[in-house]
Parts: sequence; structure tokens; C-alpha cells
Amino acid sequence: MLSLSAVSAGYGSFQVLFDVSLEVPRGEAVGVIGSNGAGKTTLMRVISGLIPLRAGTMTLEGLPLAGLPAHRIVEQGIAHVPEHRRLFPRLTVEENLRIGAFIPRARRRFAAQLDRVYALFPRLKERRQQPAGTLSGGEQQMCAIGRALMSDPKLLLLDEPSAGLAPLVVRQVFELIRRIRGEGLTVLIVEQNVQQVLDVVDRAYLLEVGAIRLAGTADELKGNRFIRQSYMGL
Amino acid sequence: MDIFLVEAIINGILLGGVLALLALGLNLIFGVIDVVWIAYADIVMCGMYVIYVLYTHYDVPLLFACLAGIAGMAAFGVAVHLLIIAPVLNSAPINQLLATGGLLFFLQSFATLLFGTDFRNIGVRLPVVEVASIYISFARLIAFLFGLIGAVALYLFLKRTYIGTAIRAVAQDRDIVGLMGIDQRRIYLATSAIGGALAGLAACLLVLQYDVHPFIGNTFGPVIFMICVLGGLGNMIGGFVASFIISQIIAIGGYYSNTELSYVLAFTMFIILMFVRPRGLFAR
Ligand SMILES: Nc1ncnc2c1ncn2[C@@H]1O[C@H](COP(=O)(O)OP(=O)(O)OP(=O)(O)O)[C@@H](O)[C@H]1O
Ligand SMILES: [Mg+2]
Repeated sequence: MLSLSAVSAGYGSFQVLFDVSLEVPRGEAVGVIGSNGAGKTTLMRVISGLIPLRAGTMTLEGLPLAGLPAHRIVEQGIAHVPEHRRLFPRLTVEENLRIGAFIPRARRRFAAQLDRVYALFPRLKERRQQPAGTLSGGEQQMCAIGRALMSDPKLLLLDEPSAGLAPLVVRQVFELIRRIRGEGLTVLIVEQNVQQVLDVVDRAYLLEVGAIRLAGTADELKGNRFIRQSYMGL
Repeated sequence: MDIFLVEAIINGILLGGVLALLALGLNLIFGVIDVVWIAYADIVMCGMYVIYVLYTHYDVPLLFACLAGIAGMAAFGVAVHLLIIAPVLNSAPINQLLATGGLLFFLQSFATLLFGTDFRNIGVRLPVVEVASIYISFARLIAFLFGLIGAVALYLFLKRTYIGTAIRAVAQDRDIVGLMGIDQRRIYLATSAIGGALAGLAACLLVLQYDVHPFIGNTFGPVIFMICVLGGLGNMIGGFVASFIISQIIAIGGYYSNTELSYVLAFTMFIILMFVRPRGLFAR
């Protein structure tokens, strides 16, 4: 569904990604793991159009994405849950969800989408009139995922959804990702929580200093000596 | 209580309505686009001239002249953004101040060129109403009411519509709104149009009370900036409340001394308050 080939990107004169190629097949969940500063967030930003790609190609279901600004890429069916959640703190939970359905296609189906998100996250419904900034960390992550789902995407990008959450909440978040997958959504997820992410994805890539170092099925990576030693502390 | 003091207080409240409208416009633009339109009061001046010319030279009915003034200033706001703000959007704040400050001198000079420095009046005399032996100018009453209606309309727009919600979202986190499918440039244009329209509405309300001249912006421009800073730049509710505080200081000060002195008093209070609460009265 999503296909990147030899993508390079960076900030100003500072190159972060070098010849990154990856595939996200329809209906699958794919993980990208890597340590701090490896370029995981930069990769997500390139896919969602927040920063331009310098070289290489990027397609969604065969259609080229390169050069489209972020607001056009959402219309193509990619929703990005950014690092640190980035809710609009002084908008209420429901207003955050409404903003998630800003594109015309999603606006027309607002009521149905809202029901779907509230069914997935009943806590958000209870707190719908509350400013998003007053939610707990776990609730904020749910709101951020809900906001992304409101655009009715084909592909969901998740940037470290478990970061900064208590272990119990982390487990809930991964449980939710499993349920979202179960609904047939394609997911690309960036994580440092290697153990748990490899339990929810089908395949994964290891990103090191801006380049793909390893790729394989989740089981292959779980069994890989290098990953076990360097990323799972086993 | 002294009946004239009551009258001064009422006039202060009525004045606050129009100031609040302008403070809302300036705060909206600052909060969303992160630039200060130094020439905001001079856009009001342009709106007053538009209404004046349409009404007195082209015999357009006053209501339509006013609507044209509002629409014209909305378009003017868009032009200001495209021609002056957009090119310096990512430059240092001082460059942005110089750009909109340059617009102020340009508009004042241009108005002088077209109309000279004469004071011009649309010649509509609205009655003075008497309530329990207190005299209230009908023009001020209208100005206050429409000021409030404008504020409420703006509130509902920002609260109830997709574009309005997007405008508030941009003010809170501009870097990621693209991920919601929001085109930031279009939000800036919509915001500039609303800011311009609010200036146009203020022009309608002021042209009923005051003569137009090229430098009329200088008489209330500084007061609006003072209000916005007092309420916390970008804080719409703060600016709204501050409008009524400042207008009371001006009105009551004017009652005990004279108008000039009351402005001195208002600015003095402002400077003192800024020492006590440097980020505005309502800083979070
Ligand atoms: N806006 C930016 N401007 C300049 N350099 C940046 C910017 N954002 C990130 N970088 C740099 O790019 C490199 C990759 O950063 P990135 O945020 O993509 O890493 P990451 O893998 O997401 O790390 P983390 O796990 O800490 O989130 C880092 O060296 C970082 O300092
Ligand atoms: Mg990151």
C-alpha cells in the first residue's frame, strides 16, 4: 500500500535519512524500531508531508505522494499521530476529534466516525467537554489516535504511542493498536519499546543513523541476536 | 450618586463595546498569525472613508454603505496579508513591525492625498435618548450593541464552525495542523478577512459618532494596543475585559478632569499594571 524507495531527507544542510526503502502492505502492521535520534520521527514526517523528501520516491497504492503538502496527504488517506501526541490543549476532546475530521470526505461522515471513535475509546466520550490538556497521558494518547481515526484513513502512522506512559497504560495502548488492526486498518508504527511492538506488528525494520539496517518478519527480528542484544537487553 | 458620573460610567461602557471589537480583531490576528497589525486603527480609518464616500458622494443608502465598508475591509485584510504579511512571515519580528508600521504611514499619507486633512462628517444626526434624566447618545448605544453582536458572532463562529475551530487550532499548535488536513495559508487568509471585517464593523459604528480625517487612527490605535497588552496579547477574553476597564478609566477620568488627562491617566495605570503583571492581567 505504502512504498518508499531510496528516500533521503533532512533539515537544512543536515541529512537525516539516507536511501530508506520500505513497504507497508495493505492490512498489515509494520514497525520501525531504532534508538534516539535514528531518524524515526523524521521518516514519519516525510511520509505525512510535514517535511519534503530530497530524493527517492514515495507512493500510496501506486499514486505518487512526493511533493504533496501535509494537508493534501491526509486527503489521500494517511493519518499521522505525531510524537508527543500534540493535542490542541485548549480545545475540548470533542473539538480535537472534530478537527481530525476537517477534510471534506471525513466531515460528511462526522457523526458515524465519532460514534466509532467513542466506541473504541469510551473514556473519551465521558470526557468529551473537557479541554484536551487536562487529560491524563494515556487518555491523551487515545484522543490523539481518535483524532487521527476521524479522518477515516487507509494508513495510520503512529510515532511512539507508548512514550512517557505508565507500564499498565502502555499495555492498554498496544491492546488498542491490536484492535484497530483487527478492523482492517493498515498501520505503520515507530517505537523504542521493541519487545511490545514486535508482538503487534507483522513485520519490522531497524533504522540506525538514518538507514535501514535490518528488515524481516516480527518473529525473525525477535529471534535476531543483534536485536536481542542491542534493543531488547536479552 | 451624581447623575453626570452615572452618565460618564454609561458612556464608558458604551465606548468599551467598540474598543472590545477592535481588541478582538487585533488579538485574533496576533494569536493566529503571530504578527501585530500596527496599522489596524488605520484600516478602520479606511473603512470610515469608504462609508463616507459611498454615502455622501454616491448616495448609497447608509446600510449598504456600511455593508460595503465591512466587505471592503475584509478584502483589504486579505490584501494586507498577501502583500505585506506573507512575505515577512518568517522574518524577525522587528521586520514585521516595520512592514505593518510602514503600512500605517502609507495609509495616512494616501488618505491625506485623496481627502486632505479636513474633518469630514457623514451628516447623520442620531437622536439623544433620555432615560430617567440620563442622556445617552443613540449612536453610542448602537455602537455598543453592534460591538457586542460582533463579539458574540465571532465567538459562535470560532466555537461552532470547522473553520473557526481550525483557526483556534492554528493558534495553539501551528506546526501540526497540516496533519489534520488544514491548509495553514488558507486559515491565515480567513483570519485576515475576519480581522478586516471587524475593523470595517468598527468603522461603521465610529463614523456615526466621529468625523473622519486621515489621522483618526492615532486617537484610538494606541488605546487598542494598550488594551491588548493589558489583556495579554492573543488572549481574546482578556482583551474583551480589558476594553471595559480602559474605557471606564477614560470615561471616569474624563468626568473628573478632561479627556486628554483621562488618556494620560489610562496610560499611567497601564504602565503601573504592566510592572505588576508584565504578561497581562489574565496571564495563565
Ligand atoms: N526540526 C529539526 N531541525 C533540525 N534537526 C532535527 C530536527 N528534528 C530532528 N532533528 C535531528 O534529526 C535527527 C533525527 O531526529 P528524529 O527526531 O527523526 O529521531 P528519532 O529517531 O525520532 O528520535 P527519538 O527516538 O528521540 O524520537 C536527530 O539528530 C535530530 O537532532
Ligand atoms: Mg522521534
